Order: sequence, then C-alpha cells, then structure tokens
Amino acid sequence: MTGARRKELQLAVALFLPAFLIMAVVTIYPLLRSFSISLRQWDLMRPELGQPFVGLDNYRFILTDPLFWDSVRVTAVFVVLAVSLEICLGLAIALMLNRPFHGRTAVRLMALLPWAVPSVVNGIMWKWILNPSYGALNGLLLQLGLIDQYVIWLGEPRMALLMVVWADVWKETSFIMLLFLAALQTIPHDLYEAATVDGAGTVGKFRHVTIPLIRPTLFVAVALRTIWALKSFDLIYTLTAGGPSNGTAVLGYYTYLKSFVALQMGRGAAAAYIMTFVVLVVVYFYQRAIYRGVEY
Amino acid sequence: MAAARARQNGLWQRVKPGLKTAVFYGFVLLFVFAMVAPFLWMFISSISPQYELVAKPPHWFPEEPTLHRYRALLLGPEPGQMMPMAADRFLNALGNSLIVSISTTIICLITGTLAAYPFARMRIPGDHYFLLGILAAQMLPVIVIIIPLSLVMQRLELIDTYRGLILLYAGFLLPTVIWIMYGYLQTIPRELEDAAMIDGCTRFEAILRVILPLAGPGLVAVGAFTFLSAWNEFFMALIFTASETKTITVTVTEFSTQFGIDFGLMATGGVIGSIPPLLLALLLQRYLVQGLTAGALKG
Repeated sequence: MTGARRKELQLAVALFLPAFLIMAVVTIYPLLRSFSISLRQWDLMRPELGQPFVGLDNYRFILTDPLFWDSVRVTAVFVVLAVSLEICLGLAIALMLNRPFHGRTAVRLMALLPWAVPSVVNGIMWKWILNPSYGALNGLLLQLGLIDQYVIWLGEPRMALLMVVWADVWKETSFIMLLFLAALQTIPHDLYEAATVDGAGTVGKFRHVTIPLIRPTLFVAVALRTIWALKSFDLIYTLTAGGPSNGTAVLGYYTYLKSFVALQMGRGAAAAYIMTFVVLVVVYFYQRAIYRGVEY
Repeated sequence: MAAARARQNGLWQRVKPGLKTAVFYGFVLLFVFAMVAPFLWMFISSISPQYELVAKPPHWFPEEPTLHRYRALLLGPEPGQMMPMAADRFLNALGNSLIVSISTTIICLITGTLAAYPFARMRIPGDHYFLLGILAAQMLPVIVIIIPLSLVMQRLELIDTYRGLILLYAGFLLPTVIWIMYGYLQTIPRELEDAAMIDGCTRFEAILRVILPLAGPGLVAVGAFTFLSAWNEFFMALIFTASETKTITVTVTEFSTQFGIDFGLMATGGVIGSIPPLLLALLLQRYLVQGLTAGALKG
C-alpha cells in the first residue's frame, strides 16, 4: 500500500467515524441486542423470574398467537390498499397536472401541505373530522343528502381500517404526485411526437412512452411507500389506538402492545424481529429496483 | 338540413375546447379542495367558539371567530378558563421541539456530509456493502429496536434529556442524510476538486472550499428533510421524554380534561405545530422535491 493510498483511507475512516459512532449506538448495537433479548424470557411484570434463555420459544409464541395473525392481516390490507391508492391517484393527478395551466405553481405549493403536516396532527385532524357527533364528514354528507343519519366511522373494525387508509392516502398521495411530476417532466417531448407520427393514441403513448420512462420512479415510489406503510404507528396511535377490537392494530402496534403495555420484552423483541424480516424482504426488492433504475 | 347540422357541428367545435378546459379546471379544483379542506377545517375549528364547534349541522364559517385558544396556548389561560394539564406546557413543548430539531439538523448535516464524501469520491474496499447497510438502515422501523434502545438510554442516563433525543434522531436520520448526500456529491464534477488540490489545497481544504459551497442546494434539501422529520417524530418522543423535554407532537395528543378530549384545543395545537414544517416546505419546495427525488433515485 502506497503512502498516499494509506493517507486516503485514513481520511476516509476519519470522515466516516463520527456518523458511524452515532449510528452504532442508536441502531447497530440495539439491533444485535434485540436479537439476544428475543431469545430470552423477560417479563417486566415478574422480575423475580430473571431473564432465562428460552431459545426460539418467543418466536413460537408469536407465530401461534391469533392476535399476531390478525395484525398481519390488518397490516396487509392497510399496506395494499393505501399504497395502491396512493400510487394510482398520485400518478393520475401528476399526468393531469403535467401541462401548463393557470395557477400551476400554486397547486404545487399546496401539494406540500399534507406531506408537511405531522402524522400525529393528521391523526388528530381526521379523528375530529370523523367524530360521530360533531364531525365535519357526517355534517357534510347529511347536508348533501348522502346519508340520513350520522355514521360512527370509527366504531366498526372494517370501516375504521378504511378510514385509517383514507387518512394515510390524504397525507401521502400529494408527495408521490410531486415525485411523478418531476419524473414526467424529464421525458423529452420528441418521444411523444415520434409516437404520434407512428400512429399511437393516448393510451398507446402512455403504455409505450410514459410508463417505461418513469418505471424507476414507479418502483422506488412503490417500495418506499410500502416500507413506510409497514412502519405506520403515529397515525394509528392517534386516530384509532389500534381499535375497535384490534381492527386497526397493524404489526407495529402489536409489537408496541407486547413490549410497552403487556411489558413482555422477549416476546416484543421476537415480534419486532419478525417485522424486520418482512421489511427486509421489501428492502431487497427496493434495492433491486434502484440498481435497475440506474440503467436509464 | 345539412346546413343546420354543419352549423351545429361548428358550434360544437367551438364549445368543445372550452368544455374540455372547464372539466380540466374542475378536476384541479377538486384536487385542491381534497388537499386543503381537511386542514382548513382544523383551522376553522380552532377559531370557532365551543358552542359553534358542537353545532349541528356544523357551522362551516364561524359566526363569532375567536383566537382565545391561541392566546391560551401561547400566553397562558385566562383566569377561570379550564385547561388540560398538558396545555400549560405547550410553549415549553414548542421550544423543546425547536431545540431538538435544529440540533439534530446541524449534527446530521455535518457528520452526514463528511461520511458521504468517501463513498462518493474515494475507492473504499467493500463500499458496496456499506452502502447497502445504509440503505437498509434507512428502512429500520424504530419499534424493532425500541426495547434495547431504552436499555441504552437508561444506561447512559439520557431519558428525558435533549442530548438523548438528539442522539436518537441523528442516529435514525443519518442513513438517509448520507444516502442523499452521497447521490448529490456524485453530481459535483471531480475536476473542480482536483484543480483545487493541484493549486496546493489539501484534500480536506478542497472539501471545505470547493465541495461544500457547491453542495449548497443538496444541503438545503437534506437540512429541510432532517428538520421536518425530527419535528414530526412522535414514537421515540412518546417513549423517551417526560416532563422536561416533551415535544410538540406528544403534547398535542394529551389535550384532554376530565370532561373528555378537548378537540378545539387539539386543533389549535395541531395548527400551531404544523406551522414550522409548513413554512419550511413552502419556502424550500424547489430544493425539497429536487433533492429528495435525486436522493431516492440515485444508486
């Protein structure tokens, strides 16, 4: 190794070190420690039992817990519904707004509003709008004659889950739209003209020009949204607190309940690791999407 | 007969573009309404007096708008006014959020940019794995490591301290900061730096004098993103703060009295708590969309 190369590597280490130390304390060490906790029985309500090693018992418990499978189902419904709605709506609106019109800049600025609002505030806001007695939604629908009596939006598991999806879609769609809009604007206009010359209609142009060219953005948006939706907690904590009857308790909420309400640390950690595995699978696809995206 | 049809056709041809435009603007308006209306309703609720808040049907525009909730939250309650416990601490929480978010942003910008540099510019053995690790770390849900994290926080006596919260936020946001800056630094031509080094700068000086000024827009985007994320963070603040450092997001969820949840006050807290991130997003929108798109797409 030459002196210059050694010096370069030393500088690299020095530059990386501060960030690495912070990440090591906050994410790397806890991630390893979490695994060791997940192999122990550790009940904060019964400290006299100590923390005996129990192998994979916690995983066995979680994987046979009907509540866990309920939360998997709720998570799957929530993620699939929310992400597909956000992507489809985001793309449709971006296609619509991708032309010059009066007030375009203003519309784009407004599109940042839902994105910037804290998730907790989003939860509070919708909880108030959906309030069964004084909520704006009931008032509006009644005035429009679409319902004839006030609906308890968050009172029934399925409806509540739909409302959580709705609140999530409100917050996330507009930024997805902005991402798509940015991607659409990089498509050279000649391509559309060439397609017109070749006799392509609107649908043909969309399928053969637009979609292939925004595919990297599409992949990234789907993967990122999926991962973020899997992590959802704040919105559900404030809007429904996982209820009614666990109808909106996603995986993150289940893990929270196990660790901080039931105070069973070992089982909480096991649930968390199972969740990590699910997220990692999505990350794998995300990473492949990114590396494929570079080819353009 | 034929002439009449031709006339009708001509009329249709003239009306059609106008109609299309009208439909288009109709959709735009619908979209704008969907985006803005819920937040606007929260604002209207925050300035409606209690009796109008519970009116049936709702008073879409309050007849007697009032700022008394804003006054109560920011200046303290008037004598005799019922306030939830948490409301007294609102101003305090606002300050806590500011301190924590600004500190997190500064720390992330400095350490994150420095850490991104070697990957963008130097030959690092195994850099692919490091980057993959950083990409994966971005996705890590906090809930997954919250138990050992609370052990670490207890051990280091960081619970309910600014230092603790800043450390946590920095740790969770750094992977994203490094990832975006890594993408951004690659767009700065290497030649500029080489030229500076030929002129006698050391590599570190070249980073300070050439790279940092050029990385400005990237830094602005990442800084705004970091501030927003720290400001909006809820879960870690919920678990790791108590009376001293409780942030705004935790405080607004606690506005309930023995009579139930005070939605008017919650709406007011929600509006105030959204102002800093909103202002930031509006002021920096150009950088944000560009920077985050670049960061999300660069491989």
